Amino acid sequence: MCLAIPGVIEELEGEWAKVRVGGVTVKANVALVPGAALGDYVLVHAGYAIQLLPQEEAQETLELLREFSEFQESLDEAK
Amino acid sequence: MSEAQSKHPDAATVIERIRALPLRPAKFMEVCGTHTVAIFRAGIRNTLLAERKAELVSGPGCPVCVTAAAEIDDVAQLALRELERITVTTYGDLLRSKGHETSLTDARARGADVRIVLSANENIALAQQHPEREIVFFGIGFETTQPGLAHTLLEAERRYLSNFTAYVSHKLVAPVLEVLAKDPRLKLDGFVLPGHVSTIIGEEPYEFLARDHGLPGVIAGFEALDIIVALYYLLAMREKGEPHIVNAYKAAVRPAGNQHAREMIDEVFVPADAHWRGIGAIPLSGHVLRKRFETFDAHVRFGLERIIEDESGFGECRCGEVLLGLIKPPECGLFGTRCTPEEPVGACMVSSEGACANYFRFGQRR
Ligand code: SF4
Repeated sequence: MCLAIPGVIEELEGEWAKVRVGGVTVKANVALVPGAALGDYVLVHAGYAIQLLPQEEAQETLELLREFSEFQESLDEAK
Repeated sequence: MSEAQSKHPDAATVIERIRALPLRPAKFMEVCGTHTVAIFRAGIRNTLLAERKAELVSGPGCPVCVTAAAEIDDVAQLALRELERITVTTYGDLLRSKGHETSLTDARARGADVRIVLSANENIALAQQHPEREIVFFGIGFETTQPGLAHTLLEAERRYLSNFTAYVSHKLVAPVLEVLAKDPRLKLDGFVLPGHVSTIIGEEPYEFLARDHGLPGVIAGFEALDIIVALYYLLAMREKGEPHIVNAYKAAVRPAGNQHAREMIDEVFVPADAHWRGIGAIPLSGHVLRKRFETFDAHVRFGLERIIEDESGFGECRCGEVLLGLIKPPECGLFGTRCTPEEPVGACMVSSEGACANYFRFGQRR
């Protein structure tokens, strides 16, 4: 749950952004990272961008996180 | 950017450096559930760690795992109190975690309106769409999650929302680290510090570990190489007898963290005593809402008492000892037999960040 996922800002309107994380697009609020702009990489946690990220780092982290969320899904399905 | 690229040499070089250090047993703790996963994934537990006689124990880094059972009961009771009026929302993993008496899943089966949200902010739309209902958000989480709820409450205030409240059950990382650093049973040699929490709080809140307790700490990322580098730093600092807090995740963690997010947390919450499941009450290790946000405080609106003390025992489940790093999950008699991710007994098996769930997942049986 403390997991933050890296993604790239593809659309931006006021406080709200569409962030592409791997293959999917998620809605994220960018109020916590003033100055975030189109094309920036951000760490997204629980619907909020919590930090700006260099692109390199974002790519590296993605793989681990994808596997992680699959595991969470498998747990959720188990209920 | 250049820092991100140059920060790590390749794994073989780091491993070589680790092997060049004197062989001396060491016990470190990883505090973050995502690190627990990363360490398993790096595949170093039974290889490099075992070879160097270094142990990495999991700590209380899973928000679901440390949420007090009595609070889960409390919120489930509230959801059942007025079925036609109260809606409880929370993050997904909390649903299956059991209180002493019930879980939110049980409450839902008995007719309560319990919904999963992915973000605290979803509560705003929910409250607006359902003016006839009271939306109560069960807000758990460490510093990564807290600014989101702070922002949501500021927005609720701006919109004069009258049917949204938060049941705040936040946990702060530094106070629990102090408890762990002081625990004479644990005898830790240092910490792998949580990468994402640190993006918010920065480096400073950890300094006391090195200064007052002589324990090194490394803020680490989540790749295999990040973990190996963190291990190297920890072992090397111990050999030199020079404990420091090292930021090895500079790409995402600025020295002062995310100041804007910290200010937002400060505007909305004040630190307060909190109960950690399996560990107990820790002074100023959680949050309450500031007086200004009283109208959004579920404890105030529904006349609930704040739970600071709770029984620590959970029958045969030894989650508390797991959270403190006192035992490894397989040492629990129920592990993998009566307690599995499909049929979890304790909170540490419920969440994907829980130590028991990950030991099970990665087939670690000792
Ligand atoms: S294996 Fe299950 S019962 Fe045992 S400590 Fe972990 S969560 Fe509790």
